Amino acid sequence: MAVEVQNKPGSKTRYSSKGARPKPTNQFELYSWYFFRVSGILLIPFALGHLAIMHIINNVDVINYNFIADRWASPLWRTYDLILLFLALLHGLNGARVLIYDYVPPRGWRVFALSTLYVVGLFFMLIGAQVIITFQPVLAAK
Amino acid sequence: MYRGQSGMWLWILHRLTGVGILGFLFLHIADTYLVGLGSKYYNELVFLYHLPPFRVIEVLLVGAVLFHACNGLRIILLDFWESAIKYQRQLYYATLILFVLTWLPAAFMMLRVVNWSNWSLEAPA
Repeated sequence: MAVEVQNKPGSKTRYSSKGARPKPTNQFELYSWYFFRVSGILLIPFALGHLAIMHIINNVDVINYNFIADRWASPLWRTYDLILLFLALLHGLNGARVLIYDYVPPRGWRVFALSTLYVVGLFFMLIGAQVIITFQPVLAAK
Repeated sequence: MYRGQSGMWLWILHRLTGVGILGFLFLHIADTYLVGLGSKYYNELVFLYHLPPFRVIEVLLVGAVLFHACNGLRIILLDFWESAIKYQRQLYYATLILFVLTWLPAAFMMLRVVNWSNWSLEAPA
């Protein structure tokens, strides 16, 4: 079904005359909008690659401490996991931020929800980065 | 443009899968953090994931990520390709077909290797 896109002056929805969906006008929201899409594109190889490696090529029956120790012996895989951690977490936190703006209208609750989100997000970002960067295998371990 | 149309269901599913994946991501960062504490903690927790119910949840997780990825591509096309809006209907079906065509083989390959009678929490020596 073809949709005629109208761009009447004073219309509340701001479709571009060429038919694309509206982009945000505010500076920060515009950057966030671009980041959402760029990180989404990057997550397709990174996240789907991670799922293919961990759940199809390998599977959870063989993933244990030694598996991770072998994998993180290579700085390349540590870098891969670190990139995936930051991309996925920032993409997800940005999504949660948008949902809070949509579903938590009262100002007080919204500030509370956003603050909680940022604190929790920062916490997980730090512990995730810490273990990927500083992990030292204990070789005798089973 | 959206309400009551096909795109609305994809939009709702995009949000639901997004929240689900973020929730799992928090859990997954926490479980991986245990690797840093030593093999005992990590292996004991991760053996929960070997149980049959978790294998089904795992397939659902992969489905959520694949749907989110396929629909994300549709959103990006609509945003950056000016004529895409003329092909909304086709893009809607393409999204669903791409999702099914990727999820079914992935689910098959993942479920094929599950030992459904393994309910043991012991890590094999």
